[in-house]
Amino acid sequence: MKKTKKVFHLVKRSDMSRGKALVFRLIAVLLSLIVCAIVIVSITHQNPVSVYSGILAGAVGTKRRIWVTIREVAVLLLIAVGLTPAFRMKFWNLGAEGQILIGGAASAAVMIYFAPSLPPVLTMIILLAASMIAGMLWGFLPAFFKAKFNTNETLFTLMMNYVAMQIVTFCVVLWEHPAGSNSVGVINQSTRAGWFPRIGGLEYLMNVIIVVLITILTFVYMKYTKHGYELSVVGESHNTARYAGIDVKKVIIRTMMISSAICGLSGAVIVSGASHTISTSTAGGRGFTAVVVAWLAQFNPFAMIATSALLVFMQQGSIQIASQYGLNENASDIITGIILFFLVGCEFFIRYRIEGTEVEIEEKAGGAKA
Amino acid sequence: MAETAIELKNVTKRFGDVVANDHINLTLKHGEILALLGENGSGKTTLMNMLAGIYFPDEGEIFVDGHEVTIRSPKESHALGLGMIHQHFKLIDVLTAAQNIVLGMDGPVKMDMKALTKDIRRVCERDGFELDLDKKIYEMSVSEKQTTEIVKALYRGADILILDEPTAVLTPQETEKLFSALRKMKDNGKSIIIITHKLNEVMEISDQVTVLRKGKNAGTINTIDADERTLAEMMVGDHVDLNIERSAVQAPEDKVEVRGITVRNNEGLKTLDNVSFTAHTGEILGIAGTSGSGQRELLEAIAGLQEVESGEIFYKAPDGSIEDLTKKTPAQIQDLKISLSFVPEDRLGMGLVGNMDLTGNMMLRSYKEGKGIFTDRKKPRELAEKIVDKLEVVTPSVETPVRNLSGGNVQKVLVGREIASSPQVLMVAYPVRGLDINSSYSIYNLLGEEKKKGVAVICVGEDLDVLIQLCDRILVLSEGTVTGIVDARKTTKDELGILMAKGRKDHSHRKKQEPEEAV
Repeated sequence: MKKTKKVFHLVKRSDMSRGKALVFRLIAVLLSLIVCAIVIVSITHQNPVSVYSGILAGAVGTKRRIWVTIREVAVLLLIAVGLTPAFRMKFWNLGAEGQILIGGAASAAVMIYFAPSLPPVLTMIILLAASMIAGMLWGFLPAFFKAKFNTNETLFTLMMNYVAMQIVTFCVVLWEHPAGSNSVGVINQSTRAGWFPRIGGLEYLMNVIIVVLITILTFVYMKYTKHGYELSVVGESHNTARYAGIDVKKVIIRTMMISSAICGLSGAVIVSGASHTISTSTAGGRGFTAVVVAWLAQFNPFAMIATSALLVFMQQGSIQIASQYGLNENASDIITGIILFFLVGCEFFIRYRIEGTEVEIEEKAGGAKA
Repeated sequence: MAETAIELKNVTKRFGDVVANDHINLTLKHGEILALLGENGSGKTTLMNMLAGIYFPDEGEIFVDGHEVTIRSPKESHALGLGMIHQHFKLIDVLTAAQNIVLGMDGPVKMDMKALTKDIRRVCERDGFELDLDKKIYEMSVSEKQTTEIVKALYRGADILILDEPTAVLTPQETEKLFSALRKMKDNGKSIIIITHKLNEVMEISDQVTVLRKGKNAGTINTIDADERTLAEMMVGDHVDLNIERSAVQAPEDKVEVRGITVRNNEGLKTLDNVSFTAHTGEILGIAGTSGSGQRELLEAIAGLQEVESGEIFYKAPDGSIEDLTKKTPAQIQDLKISLSFVPEDRLGMGLVGNMDLTGNMMLRSYKEGKGIFTDRKKPRELAEKIVDKLEVVTPSVETPVRNLSGGNVQKVLVGREIASSPQVLMVAYPVRGLDINSSYSIYNLLGEEKKKGVAVICVGEDLDVLIQLCDRILVLSEGTVTGIVDARKTTKDELGILMAKGRKDHSHRKKQEPEEAV
């Protein structure tokens, strides 16, 4: 007796053209928005159009909201850019969270101890340098141990996050203001000492300038310098790097220090440029979100602008609809989750396609028994 | 019983846009040895992997004993009486031969190892295999491991054996032993397919030859009606010139002197043991040995990539000064302006960066040149274009990542870059592995040209016929020791084979461990 049966196999695609891959990703975004709408509508029982206009209003509804969205995109982008050199070297830096916190704590310290007495320009230089050095130290340790003893950088950087968090907890107690509030409060609220200055009357312009500058510098560093070349060879194969006469240990430590310095700098951008306070939630998971941003953009800084903008846009928008429809803050996480699910999932379909083949199976008595 | 053991009809397998097998027909009769001949990348292994249940065909039909079958997993393949011996053995080092043979088979939770071992021994006796079933795999030589794989397939009831390049790791003597075992199995009624790209083996062992060329069946003929030249032309599809030009050695001078070096691997085992030799200018020094005899470590030690435990490596510069390379890193060797070129065995894992384009790979040797922090991509780009042009590299452009190129083209890029630096010493490991016949001969000629320029060439090879034709002297390594340095013009394959096996520690004399009762 003969039967036919359809069997499915995954077939690897040969490299897809960039244009086609972009179309795939746009379709994924579109699908994710539809699924988001279905989820929100089923919870709120509202017209999906009004839900999306709520999201739009939340993200870019007013001038203030537009600037907050830009500020958040800038920070996320800066962290993702910071992760890029390490990730290109296949050094899995999951410690951005801790590097941000420690950089933020360093800039808060400068704001508290130096800003009131020093001239603003000098303060700003010390503040930026302090945050970078603090972040750099947080990156140096795992890189040193990786280079010397080949320890696992994923675990090491993750654990460094907890150390940073404990240090910040200690700082909150130390700098508590007003007493008994268990928080630092807004630092130098009346004098604005150590705050990023307004440029042209725009509050967050300096954040944007810093991020644009670092993004361009990192892009040039990665693509056109000898250091950038060395770190991509190390990322491909340590053996090839040794063959080419590259000092692998030196490159690992150097690259990771650059990467973590940028993450530390984003701590300063958050503390001195936006919240003007410090707490254990200063990083707020952005150190991990940035990993996704960088991966989705395949480490292309310009594509990172798009991915971080999409994520922040939806997050800011869902904060708005959450308050509008009485949902809690988890609504924003659900939406981010749905978008990421589709974006990551579509990468699979960019690499593989599913093919069905019709096969005849012959039923034999005891035939194909293993 | 049908007349054919295996019949493939229009079998097609694609990987992305690449058609690995294009409507291939193939027939294996009962009790015959079929050689599946083809160059690297012609689709031999892919085709056989579909019989082994590793790949699934996109199109076409497979018949075993005249019945159409669907093979979706290795288990279904075993059940049909097919046994494949892969090029890379699939054995567990810490288990004994017997344990490996029964591993993964159905049976009661507690196995009676004694009874099973007896069963296996009966299979060995029937087909004339000598195998110590209680010996652990890590104590075995390559040839013993291969025997274990074959017995494993037979014990599981294989009537049809498929061997993928079985002789690649064997000395000529071991090959002879394997071939007589295969002949005996044939006489016992087994059907055998042997995948190979060596013409002399086809002539020696097979009854029929099916030739694959670029994924297509290029014809099947009886071995009696074939000769090496016609087979080579079927493989290539074009006229081939199988002669290697070897010029006389001109004014040899000492260039690299290796004095008693010893190298240990991560596990502390000696991979090189007191190795000494001298490489001369204007000469090709061949290095022969079964794979894993220390060839890789030797070249890497000279290139500064292996830590040398004891011994010294000296380099004589053109101006007569002598440099000690023993404790130098590759960067220090570069700084000494010693132009030492090295084509390592692991092309994409050491010699090249797979995800970088041709230009980026040229930079691997030159990126440090020039002052300032920026790299210069202009000169490497010109070099890449020159190599593409001169060595006929098939690539869409010099901006294509090298991992997208075929094996032969990858090798041309690597060899081209290493020769471009006009080296004093040129070390190449398996320079033609994966190359088609015509490209192989153009690489041999490139090595010959370097030799004429007075370069000291050191060439690790696996094909003894080629080494004998190409080299001036041949150094034989066996388990990390030098068992002989012979004149290539006077030596024979047999002599090399004996040297390759000499000095091998006889593993069977090791103290036997108690056989375990249950797995």
